[in-house]
Amino acid sequence: MTNGWIDIKNTDMMLIMGGNPAENHPCGFKWSIEAKRQRNAKMIVVDPRFTRTAAVADQFLQIRTGSDIAFLGGLIRYAIENNRIARDYLVHYTNAAFLIRDGFKLPEDGLYSGFDAAAGTYDKATWNYQGQASGPAALPASPAFDLKLEDPRCVFQLLKQHYSRYTPEMVERITGIPKDQFLKAADLFTSIRKDGDMKKVGTIIYAVGWTQHSSGTQTIRTAAMLQLLLGNVGRAGGGVNALRGHSNIQGATDLAGIFDILPGYLKMPAPGDATLKAYLDRTTPTVSKPGPWDSWNYWSNTPRFAVSLLKAMYGDAATKENDWAFHYLPKIDRKYSWAEIWDDMYRGTVKGIFAFGMNGVAIGPNSRKNIDALKKADWLVVCEIYPDETSEFWKSPGITPEQMKQIPTTVYRLPGAGFAEKDGTFVNSARWLQWKNAALPPPGEARLDQEILARIFLKVRELYQKEGGKFPDPILRANWNYTDPHNPSLAEVAREINGRALADVTDPATNTTIKAGQQLPGFGFLRDDGSTSSGNWLYCGSWTEAGAMMQRRGTDDPSGLGIYSNWAWSWPANRRVLYNRASCDLNGKPWDADRRQVWWNEAQQRWVGNDVPDFKADSKPKDHMGPFIMNPEGVGRLFGPLAAFADGPFPEHYEPTESPIDNPLHPKQSHNPMAKRFKSDLDKIGSVAEGYNIVCTTYRLTEHYHYWTKNNPMNVQLVPEPFVEIPAELADEMGLRGGERVKVSSARGQYIAKAMVTRRIKGMTIDGKKTYQIGIPIHWGYRGIAEDAGKTSLTNVNQLSLAVTDPNANTPEFKGFLVKLEKA
Amino acid sequence: MSSSTLRIQKISGHAGPVPGQGTQREETVAKLIDTTTCIGCKACEVACVEWNDMPFRETVFDNTYQTMPSTEWNYWTLIRFNEHTHDDGSFQWLMRKDGCMHCADPGCLAACPADGAIVQYQNGIVDFQQENCIGCQYCATGCPFNIPKFNPHTKKVFKCTLCSDRVEQGLEPACIKACPTGCLHFGTKDDMKALGAARVEQLKEHSGYQNAGLYDPPGVGGTGVMYVLHDITAPETYGGLPANPSVPWSVRLWKGPLKWLGNAAMIGGLIGVTMHYLRFGPKQVKEEGEGDRT
Repeated sequence: MTNGWIDIKNTDMMLIMGGNPAENHPCGFKWSIEAKRQRNAKMIVVDPRFTRTAAVADQFLQIRTGSDIAFLGGLIRYAIENNRIARDYLVHYTNAAFLIRDGFKLPEDGLYSGFDAAAGTYDKATWNYQGQASGPAALPASPAFDLKLEDPRCVFQLLKQHYSRYTPEMVERITGIPKDQFLKAADLFTSIRKDGDMKKVGTIIYAVGWTQHSSGTQTIRTAAMLQLLLGNVGRAGGGVNALRGHSNIQGATDLAGIFDILPGYLKMPAPGDATLKAYLDRTTPTVSKPGPWDSWNYWSNTPRFAVSLLKAMYGDAATKENDWAFHYLPKIDRKYSWAEIWDDMYRGTVKGIFAFGMNGVAIGPNSRKNIDALKKADWLVVCEIYPDETSEFWKSPGITPEQMKQIPTTVYRLPGAGFAEKDGTFVNSARWLQWKNAALPPPGEARLDQEILARIFLKVRELYQKEGGKFPDPILRANWNYTDPHNPSLAEVAREINGRALADVTDPATNTTIKAGQQLPGFGFLRDDGSTSSGNWLYCGSWTEAGAMMQRRGTDDPSGLGIYSNWAWSWPANRRVLYNRASCDLNGKPWDADRRQVWWNEAQQRWVGNDVPDFKADSKPKDHMGPFIMNPEGVGRLFGPLAAFADGPFPEHYEPTESPIDNPLHPKQSHNPMAKRFKSDLDKIGSVAEGYNIVCTTYRLTEHYHYWTKNNPMNVQLVPEPFVEIPAELADEMGLRGGERVKVSSARGQYIAKAMVTRRIKGMTIDGKKTYQIGIPIHWGYRGIAEDAGKTSLTNVNQLSLAVTDPNANTPEFKGFLVKLEKA
Repeated sequence: MSSSTLRIQKISGHAGPVPGQGTQREETVAKLIDTTTCIGCKACEVACVEWNDMPFRETVFDNTYQTMPSTEWNYWTLIRFNEHTHDDGSFQWLMRKDGCMHCADPGCLAACPADGAIVQYQNGIVDFQQENCIGCQYCATGCPFNIPKFNPHTKKVFKCTLCSDRVEQGLEPACIKACPTGCLHFGTKDDMKALGAARVEQLKEHSGYQNAGLYDPPGVGGTGVMYVLHDITAPETYGGLPANPSVPWSVRLWKGPLKWLGNAAMIGGLIGVTMHYLRFGPKQVKEEGEGDRT
């Protein structure tokens, strides 16, 4: 989230789309209700189904899954056409005024300039600003611009031209939302910027309903662009707010539980990065901003973050002489995302897998392929609190006892501890690191994750010591200075992640010195000369000499904005709303005097406020430093230049991989040309011609938590069995009644469950064709109370879904695919 | 469960004065359920089951998100889910937390013949005292909301206690504590009425619900559990909430005139027996045949 959960209470307008917070985040959703009750805020819900969230919305629109960019693009067009945009914000805080190179072409035919059809790649040289650049992959230091936004090559004019095609009629054809309903919603959402008045603010709230599509990243980007156009980013009650689906997904991302980043969102080294310098030169951006403006370009500190990380990882083994042990880091030659790993295992190149805190078979798309992949693995380690679909993949439905004997995979089950049996932090959607205490010890032989991992690591290290290996140094010389090396305390690990001074470090601005050995108070102290270590620069400041900031429980909130700056600790620098400089006008005065977050204090010549300013504290407004300090431009990107996005500088609607229609915008380029499709025999893609004529989506229920709670009698009591939600109209056509069993089949697998016939999903007209959508909750499989009692068909919803991935985030397209529906 | 710190103002099946009645005014408590901000998350259901330590029951899929068809002896609160299409084609998914309404004039209590099996505290909570329950289930007949439920194993009837055990300790009921959206409120009846009225005004003015209203039906003397409804003219659409609930006339008759008639008949009978005794003396039993027994 750019903002935070509590901050939602400050909003005047909510667009909730690609998420169902009442269902999946009921506790956080209280703040949406609070905004309605206290501010009369309006709520627009757009979803393939009438959801629990829709039940309390002011307007609900039923959208076809996977058509979100068309809807949001339509909103962008509406806002521009009706002058409901934040003009000053747009000109000064976004790249709307920047001029784009002449060779850049908009995708009227579905393709941007530079597409190589044979290779399936883009040459992005034209996706750049006008101006002198140091090379084809570099931004110009001083891009050309037109503050009047009139030049036909300026970002704003190109944006306007691009989305001029997203008319209400086109929105209706693609999304299935009737034109009048769309216009009503567009009028309501943009009403906060009527006549350009900046007082009101709107928020956009989403979850994986946006992410899990072959154009997922671009969907979220369209929302961000809309928010920039309306001047909603950086403001209390505004922003683009991703609701994380698990208690610590944000933390997992921050600490690089993803293949292409290092902790703190540092880029992963590539094979071409022969030295640390080469890596830093490649990954440290240089300023690219209009001449008279200023840009902080905060990522210019990349070397400080990277060297401090290397010192944390390798300790004394990281020296100036050995490039801070940069060569110990793995280099990635290609993508190793979730879907790639399972594909590699299916193809036999990945020989084993550790499954900790996740049920790989159940959560991945195309689970039949995942099961078959595990059959080919040499070993599988599952650390869990219950036997699950992954640890019992070898007895999944359809495998005979004879076949079971043929499966060579050795399965190791490790008894993990449950969340209430562990201390440590959860990092919530609002980026808060919140410490929790263990409620009770793990039962029986169960062990804490860190003990299990530490013991495995130490054993592996022992093997390297005894037997050597191709490259033992990264393992043998890794920093492991814990009081109890076999079971490191998480408090100790948290202090290590925060980082400490290895020699005396002085901050010249404040003339403060941190002595060697002391915890660092913030990432401003990080150095690239080996005098500091930090496991994640973003967390620097979370556990300082003053104590564990993440354990704070202060409940004072003098501003009344719900900032609670003494409650826990929020990255970065305990800042609660990102880019909050943008909550003020050019002179540093808040757009809305009633919701003052930060402001320029003329007397002190500093930025001050209720929140921590996300800005250079002494940068005078007249210097025109951009509020989006993480971009080298200093401004928000309406146009994503160069390699920022794999599939285009502006988001374009592409049909889901499996779609009932050809793309009305460009039927010949229906799908995202950059989405990754896997080639195995189990990665089949279905079509309407083959009879897969119903659009299917998947989701979670309030009553269950992913694939765990089917083991808990209370949750099973609340929702006992799997079901398929089917529009009443379709059920009538099929002569189907609620409670009867149905078989849902995709090109990849099938799913059998009882029908829930409902009026909450209606038939739609998509590009003139009558189209039905159905929905399936994901929670069941072949291991749980209902499953063990023989009450389910033991199939897994993800047997149906497909593993085509988004080219930017590499997330599979779980959320929309084609199926057949029959009575079972 | 009875408690010494809660003062009783009415007792089922009990003649004569109620101990402590009227000795001290205590404020009436009430729960306000704002159905317009309920998301049907069932946190209240879980909190109720857990606080009251209820055994689980097996449920079956029934073409709905609703946990079970109605409240049960071990399931005292239940969100009712209703899909409602209006005449103009607009659609609502209505969610209403169902459970004991804690009527000011409780039909269950009126119908109950067992001394002390149902009490109404001065704070308005209507509570079943299972130790005095005779399992006749007349309370169910007296309830216009179909709430009291019989446990066939223990032969006792159960329902929501409004967490009288928590309330007496100054705590809110468990469901209130668990509600994440704050659609459940708890306080004095006056405060809850004021809160409900303000919300109704807000719904009319800002959300276009011209028929919004507060459900506090006079037929049962008002209720200790009130609803804010989007449409007060159609309470039935919220899973059968009665428009004009009242204590059934049969119960009124039985516990009113008929009770006195019955009492009169019984007393008349007793008088007759006494008169007969006085007039004719004790029945003489012939002592013949005694020797046969040996």
